[in-house]
Amino acid sequence: MFVALHSDLSSFGFFSIVYFIYEIEVHTVSLSFLSEDIRMKNEGEASEQPDNTAFTQQQLPAWQPILSAGIVIPGFLIIGLAFLGIGIGLFLTSQTIQVLEMDYTGVEKDSPCFQCTMQSVQNCTCEVTFSLSALFTGPVFFYYGLSNYFQNFRKYGVSKDYYQLTGDTQYFKSPRDVCFPYSHDSKNNPIVPCGAIANSMFNDTFELYQIINGTKKKVPLDGKGISWWTDFNIKYRNPSSVNGSFASAFDGTVKPINWPKAAYELDLTDPNNNGFLNQDFLVWMRRAALPQFRKLYRRITEGDYAGGLPAGNYSLTVHYNYPVLSFDGRKKLVFSNVSWMGGKNDFLGIAYLVVGSLCVVMSVVMLIVYAKFKFSDDDDA
Amino acid sequence: MLRRRLNRLCGGDEKRVDSRTIYVGHRPCPDTEAFIPSKFCDNRIVSSKYTVWNFLPKNLFEQFRRIANFYFLIIFLVQVIVDTPTSPVTSGLPLFFVITVTAIKQGYEDCLRHKADNEVNKYLVTVLEDGRSVKKESEKIKVGDVVEVVEDETFPCDLILLQSSREDGTCFVTTASLDGESNHKTHYTVPDTEKDLQALTATIECEQPQPDLYKFVGRMHIYKPEQEPAVRSLGPENLLLKGATLKNTKKIYGVAVYTGMETKMALNYQGKSQKRSAVEKSINAFLLVYLCILISKAVVCTTLKYVWQSKEGQDEPWYNQKTQKEKDTNMYLKMFTDFLSFMVLFNFIIPVSMYVTVEMQKFLGSFFITWDKDFFDPEIQEGALVNTSDLNEELGQVEYVFTDKTGTLTQNNMEFIECCIDGFQYKHRDTWSEVDGFTVTDGPVNKLQQKAGQEKEELFLRALCLCHTVQVKEAGSEEVLTDQVDGIDEMRPQLEEERGFIASSPDEIALVKGAMKYGFTFLGLESKSMKIKNRENNIEEYKLLHVLNFDPVRRRMSVIVQTKSGETLLFCKGADSSIFPRVKPEEVDRIRMHVERNATEGYRTLCVAFKQLSAEEYAVADTGLREARLALQDREEKLIAVYNQVETGMSLIGATAVEDRLQEEAAETMEALQGAGMKVWVLTGDKMETAKSTCYACRLFQRGTELLELTLRTLEDERLKREEKLRELLQEYHRKAVQDAPPVKAGVTRSWSTANQDYGFIIDGATLSIVMNPQHEVDASQYKSLFLQICQNCTAVLCCRMAPLQKAQIVKMVKTSKGSPITLSIGDGANDVSMILEAHVGIGIKGKEGRQAVRNSDYAIPKLKHLKKLLLAHGHLYYVRIAHLVQYFFYKNLCFILPQFLYQFFCGYSQQPLYDAAYLTMYNICFTSMPILAYSLLEQHISIEILLDNATLYREIANNAMLRWRPFLYWTLLGIFQGLLFFFGVRFLFSNPALQDNGQVFGNWSYGTIVFTVLVFTVTLKLALDTRHWTWINHFVIWGSLAFYVFFSFFWGGIIWPFLKQQRLYFVFANMLSSVSAWLVIIILIILSLLPEILLVVLRKPRGPHSRQMAAVTPLSYKHLKERY
Repeated sequence: MFVALHSDLSSFGFFSIVYFIYEIEVHTVSLSFLSEDIRMKNEGEASEQPDNTAFTQQQLPAWQPILSAGIVIPGFLIIGLAFLGIGIGLFLTSQTIQVLEMDYTGVEKDSPCFQCTMQSVQNCTCEVTFSLSALFTGPVFFYYGLSNYFQNFRKYGVSKDYYQLTGDTQYFKSPRDVCFPYSHDSKNNPIVPCGAIANSMFNDTFELYQIINGTKKKVPLDGKGISWWTDFNIKYRNPSSVNGSFASAFDGTVKPINWPKAAYELDLTDPNNNGFLNQDFLVWMRRAALPQFRKLYRRITEGDYAGGLPAGNYSLTVHYNYPVLSFDGRKKLVFSNVSWMGGKNDFLGIAYLVVGSLCVVMSVVMLIVYAKFKFSDDDDA
Repeated sequence: MLRRRLNRLCGGDEKRVDSRTIYVGHRPCPDTEAFIPSKFCDNRIVSSKYTVWNFLPKNLFEQFRRIANFYFLIIFLVQVIVDTPTSPVTSGLPLFFVITVTAIKQGYEDCLRHKADNEVNKYLVTVLEDGRSVKKESEKIKVGDVVEVVEDETFPCDLILLQSSREDGTCFVTTASLDGESNHKTHYTVPDTEKDLQALTATIECEQPQPDLYKFVGRMHIYKPEQEPAVRSLGPENLLLKGATLKNTKKIYGVAVYTGMETKMALNYQGKSQKRSAVEKSINAFLLVYLCILISKAVVCTTLKYVWQSKEGQDEPWYNQKTQKEKDTNMYLKMFTDFLSFMVLFNFIIPVSMYVTVEMQKFLGSFFITWDKDFFDPEIQEGALVNTSDLNEELGQVEYVFTDKTGTLTQNNMEFIECCIDGFQYKHRDTWSEVDGFTVTDGPVNKLQQKAGQEKEELFLRALCLCHTVQVKEAGSEEVLTDQVDGIDEMRPQLEEERGFIASSPDEIALVKGAMKYGFTFLGLESKSMKIKNRENNIEEYKLLHVLNFDPVRRRMSVIVQTKSGETLLFCKGADSSIFPRVKPEEVDRIRMHVERNATEGYRTLCVAFKQLSAEEYAVADTGLREARLALQDREEKLIAVYNQVETGMSLIGATAVEDRLQEEAAETMEALQGAGMKVWVLTGDKMETAKSTCYACRLFQRGTELLELTLRTLEDERLKREEKLRELLQEYHRKAVQDAPPVKAGVTRSWSTANQDYGFIIDGATLSIVMNPQHEVDASQYKSLFLQICQNCTAVLCCRMAPLQKAQIVKMVKTSKGSPITLSIGDGANDVSMILEAHVGIGIKGKEGRQAVRNSDYAIPKLKHLKKLLLAHGHLYYVRIAHLVQYFFYKNLCFILPQFLYQFFCGYSQQPLYDAAYLTMYNICFTSMPILAYSLLEQHISIEILLDNATLYREIANNAMLRWRPFLYWTLLGIFQGLLFFFGVRFLFSNPALQDNGQVFGNWSYGTIVFTVLVFTVTLKLALDTRHWTWINHFVIWGSLAFYVFFSFFWGGIIWPFLKQQRLYFVFANMLSSVSAWLVIIILIILSLLPEILLVVLRKPRGPHSRQMAAVTPLSYKHLKERY
């Protein structure tokens, strides 16, 4: 027994080694030379009696599953019921999620931000008001959304210098070519952070007020923890300060053309949220998958609003800087709370319900079909 | 091909002059015109393909003719020229490596061929030059040289025999390596040539080289001083062929007439061309489809890109401005580069890995053939040999089997089985000891109490001893005293005397030996007197007066001998049909039954008759024969007339049954092949009678089979010319076999269905050549199609008297006929090489006749019986495996690339890859390659035993059933369905990209990773669903690959890779797994993708194709030959 097992293993060993070698050269193997190899090999060992192992004789013990009605029908039923259960859960969860979505692009003449769409206006601010009839349970997540905005353009996507963003000052002086045409300004000064993604960073800012008896009460917005933990802690690094000054690390470089201020000025209040580690920057740098997307802007987790936004009137001050109308884009504000499944998404629940009921229906149909055939062919399975 | 061209070059004047003149020994002839040494090609054999000079261009050209290589070259060039999403190194390096390795390998092989050629060409031969023997390299032999060949040497070129060391001016030759006939053939010197070859002045006029081994026409003019030049006609009996071996003759001298590539052997040798399997053709066809898909995808994307860009603001949004260079580029050029970029982006749809995996599968899979212990033959201590693994799956597609007879179906080992004397059966039962007991007192051998009278018995046995042309091998000429045909020497120790016999036909030997068993031993022929030792150990002597030679038209031979007592006796033996009309009818009835029974059992039967000639009768016969022999005109006809006249009024004394021992399980194998829907054709160089009896023995022809014969004999017609008769017969047979036959229903098993009349078709080489090349060109196609149609409606076809090239012609004709069926040739001798090379699959049997067939075959097996397992089990499985492999590969790449294509609609047609580069590369190499490889090596959807027991299962995969357009369409639709599902499932999920419970959003790489995860799991589980045979290896690789994928993704995303310029996948996978929604979408998409598949499997089950056929057991009507004893 042991011997048999051993030779069995050895033949497999050979097999896997061959494959391994092959795997390494997987691109490199010709389409026909192997066959010739065997010939040479075979002629050499032709006189040997072949190994009498289960593997060489293709007699390895095998499990031969056959999908018989006895397995499939209950299987379908179980899967179907499970899916229905999950689907109901998902759907109900999705229904409990509150979403408030507002387009503030200002396309319509009567919309609050219309005047900001004029190109002449600088530092435009507009105010969007909304009212909540019921408590918007917290924690509330505050997203901005863009549509018809292609963060997934190929050239756009590669247009960043990863080494710059890890704080490698060597690359501050000579940004990688992929950043072109956003690598140098017109005076040929290197741009840090270079590239199209950084350059196009979303720069509308928002302030949220609850209007209580005509007075505006500022809703504190929490900008921490809106980007991926790994992005903030590992992937992106700030350059180390030169002579104690963070800004001097950027000496000899210029800010991206579209930025109002340099990277080291993104958040002067909090050194941990400054430079490349600015949360808004990190969120922006994670490219969206689709041309219509939303990105997390802030969370409302503090003070009176930790439990959510109470019913009432709210006013949102928008510092309108980001132009989207040139490419027919739209900007949106989204307030949403999340569940264990993330944001509101009815699709998943519906999909589970549909597939689940499909499974159940099919198991019934199969049952009928098989009942008609009286399981006659079950035994040959 | 090159060789053909060479042939044409060598024999360039073939068309202009239809004969050549050869000056023996290059001596000018006195009376003719001035001696002009004409140019003939030298004796060099060229089988190599390249020279040093043309190697590089020719080899590269041939390699890039492969569609795949060419495609990858194009992709590489595109990547070099255009700014594409992936780097050119990724496709350039592998391509370069593949090309280089292949070139080196082919160069090496050609080197070997050069070496082999040199070995032949530099072989030293003795040439007579100016009275001296000179050693010369074989390639330097010129036409006209007189060459000396000693015993057991092969002839270096085609020679006309001038002188032999044997007294009677004959020599013996075996042409085993040419036509497979291993018996000794007698060749004759040209009469009246001088003893002193130096003094011989002669010219030979002969036809230009032609491949027919049995045809040669020439004349020799012998000039003697002061005499009229004598003219001697030359025939094939004077011609010694290159490749044949001299036997039993010390040495001979001959003059070279054809050399080098013009020898009959070289003309019969066909180059080994690369064979491609039907699967490969299917792959190429599918490849074209996918290429079209690829191109149309690229075209669609390019077009839409420009349509989309024409909308204002879309082309160049402020956040993604173009460089100046991009702006300046010509629009059409930009379009073109965009197109190419899309091509590169989608080119994974045709992955290199498929070719590599297919190649791997074939390479590793062929080991199972070599390893199979069922193919191991303890006798020769060898198993099967795989010469090319390219054709494994073709073994499962065979429609026509062309088999050689001698050495393949039969062992070429004649054995005397029984005789029938005067209506009483004498069966030689068991052992030899019983034979010894066969004496007058003991009675007949068989246990039947009846027996013929002793006188009759002895007369019969004497007839057997006398009526033949067997020669006794001179003692001492060879150590082993066995004849060359029969290898059963170990069975004869009881005999007092061991002796070897030489004869032109192995059954003559069997008869003489049969007589020996019953106590009559033929001692030999000495100066026209035959000596026989009878039962009482007395020597009887008979004077041999005349031998009335055997010929295939008469189908009998006779001898006229004179006993000591002065009686003149005529003994005649021959086929029943030719003997019965010449004997008394009442005698016939007693024997006919036996003969017919024996014939249907597959024995060769001969009837023996005798006649006592009175002195007057003999005198008439004698003069008749002598006159006829001397006749200059119509000698043959005159001789036959005399023969016919003499061989009348005989009395039948008995019949013999000789068995041409079939190979082990030959009949079962043939039956299994026919049961599997294959048509078996026997192509043999042998005589028709012999071949026919073999066909009966193998159950190819059965009792009820109606034979349609198309041979020279049937074409003999008083009224009509041969060709007219041929046309008549063809039309008649066609009417019978094709028009009147009920339409064959698909899947109807034949052979044992009694309702249909079975037809067997017999044709011989000469007739075939008329069919192939009739006098009027117009008839050619008509004859051919008639012939083919008849053949296709016959259950078995026998082609006898075939030259090697004719065998190949037949194979080719079938191969190129409508539907281009897959052909398989099996043979063991050098005469089968051409058909082995011609057929789609060539199988060599490791027989006794040298290794030529094995060397040129694609697969070699020790015995014919192994063919059954090779085709029914291995072939079937290989086909299913590779077909599934191919379909699966296309499918998995379609659903791999389709989401990437769809993503273009959402990324502004910017060629943004959906998946990370690592995933793109690893998908085919690591994540999904192992399971399909394991599947394609180990899958047994039906177990081997069942496959072997139910030959009909083979029909299920006939006609490339799994690689037709329907299954391809099914797989493609499946791929499209799943691809759409993957992409849009995730797309709808991403309508809100906040998928984590901390509200954070997922980006594009998360999107791609989710799609990719679903993809990897789905395609792997799809394969798991298809796997019917789960060995631990399957478990290991399937679950292993999935685990590996997960592990790899963690690993790849878990580390900041220093060599990467962007860490775009950093923690993407881990983050994805932290999202419940991602899990849920992955699960539902996998299940939903597999749902239709599961449904289909289940719903198809009740009327599953297998359940029905499993029950149908092949009725093996045939009992094993061994059991007869």
